[in-house]
Amino acid sequence: MTVKFQAMTLVAGSAEAETLVLTEPLSFWGGLDSATGRIIDQWHPEKNEVMSGRILVMRAGRGSSSGSSVLAEALRRGTGPAGIVLLARDAIVTVGAMVAAELYGRACPVVLASEADWTTITGAGSLAIDARNEAATIEI
Amino acid sequence: MSIALSFSDKSLLSGEHGEAAAFAMRLLVRFAEAVGAERFIDIEAAHIDGCLYLGQVSLDFIEHLVHLGGRVRVPTTLNVGSVDLIHPELFAGSDEVGRAGARLMKAHEELGCVPTFTCAPYQTIFRPRFGAQIAWAESNAIVFANSVLGARTNRYGDFIDLCCALTGRAPCYGLHIGENRRARVLVKVESLPEEWEEAGLSCVAVGHTIGRRCGDRVPAITGLPASTNEDDLKALGAVAASAGAVALFHAVGLTPEAPTTDAAFQGRAPEEVIRLTAADLRETAHNLSTVPDGTPLTAVSLGTPHFSLSEFERLMRLIDGARPVIDVYVNTHRAVLEELQRRGWEERLRAAGVTLVIDTCTYVTAVMRDVSGAVMTNSGKWAYYAPGNIGVEVAFGSLADCVASARAGKVVRL
Repeated sequence: MTVKFQAMTLVAGSAEAETLVLTEPLSFWGGLDSATGRIIDQWHPEKNEVMSGRILVMRAGRGSSSGSSVLAEALRRGTGPAGIVLLARDAIVTVGAMVAAELYGRACPVVLASEADWTTITGAGSLAIDARNEAATIEI
Repeated sequence: MSIALSFSDKSLLSGEHGEAAAFAMRLLVRFAEAVGAERFIDIEAAHIDGCLYLGQVSLDFIEHLVHLGGRVRVPTTLNVGSVDLIHPELFAGSDEVGRAGARLMKAHEELGCVPTFTCAPYQTIFRPRFGAQIAWAESNAIVFANSVLGARTNRYGDFIDLCCALTGRAPCYGLHIGENRRARVLVKVESLPEEWEEAGLSCVAVGHTIGRRCGDRVPAITGLPASTNEDDLKALGAVAASAGAVALFHAVGLTPEAPTTDAAFQGRAPEEVIRLTAADLRETAHNLSTVPDGTPLTAVSLGTPHFSLSEFERLMRLIDGARPVIDVYVNTHRAVLEELQRRGWEERLRAAGVTLVIDTCTYVTAVMRDVSGAVMTNSGKWAYYAPGNIGVEVAFGSLADCVASARAGKVVRL
């Protein structure tokens, strides 16, 4: 049975993939190797995990504002996530995905989920995101 | 949600101020909708983080704007680049990164940005006044501008900072609005390690704790050491922004929007109270080191964020005596270098075995001659990022500890 949640679109696009659920926020700058898509933050609980082609589920953004460039570069190289689900609005993540779409036509949808759905979303092994300008849905 | 556009916003969008400004405004409108802003405001200044080369995307974005004939519309400073243009011989990275990095820095100048190349623009003549609406990127610059100067910026990321500079506009949300600057968490420093004579270590430990525990909630701190100075607040904010998403903190009695605890909370109650003792601070500072005391070092790195003139004044008092047996780097910027030259200190520092790194920083580019071993720093931010960024082990300590360790060639504590 599929379950569909309403979400808010930060960056439009659609994606369907396995999830990578982060137990702590990640700073892409200093935390993500854009060449490999691997988490290199030595202090992060999910260090060495690879986000390429997966839907990144992360409560909030963190750290350096250069994270936008690192995310955009990962998306340009094809090592970035397929989509991103957040619980808190994050400008740095949003801009990185937006610029990759603008310069290279690489869509990495970024959506904002609601607190009530968070436990179910973080427990899912895979997700489908459909983010349009009006609204977004997350399907499990 | 749709955003209300002024007459000038519409003229920017329509291309009346050029194609680059129109491109920037289009991105800004979509960004403003994503962050939930209802309108735009004028800004007085911008600080651009995107001149550090992070891959082809960095150049693609800027060359697009240069090609469109873009010019910044407000005074705009530049963050560190990948290359020390004053000392290009220090660069030890690949030719590709060297060339692309230098081009990226130059291309920003072509847009009319000022070649400050520093993460501490607040140490230059472009220091914003209290209450100024600005669009600054670079996490430590953001937290310093908001907290220590009382200027108003959000955590702008790469690209959007430049869009704001090219339009002179920023979305009105977050910390541009007075009521959002209210403290939420009260951080009470209840006791201080007596053996830490200067405030630096305490401030880094408090900053790291705030980063880990406050997320993006604004903290107000009480009980910081009486000797806390601007450089200590700089270090506190830098590590708080690295370890968390802190864009503003209030230090009661020290920062301009917090003459009292009540003022910092705008008359409301804290959502959470965090109590810190001397033991907590010692433990946090200890955990910033990945190696034990006595470990051999290959280098010492100071000045992340960029070393200020007053930090050099303190360093000058420590350099007389035995020469270091390992490399000592100090990251700083052009305005400070000029003053060091004027005072004759540049020569004294070189004679004392210090390598000055300008325009960039030792943990964002390949400058350090030997990264095979552990490196010691007095910067919580450097300690936080260097293991992941350049793969070194780190020891964290006070400025005096760093100088003593450079002479011993291993981690020593005074």
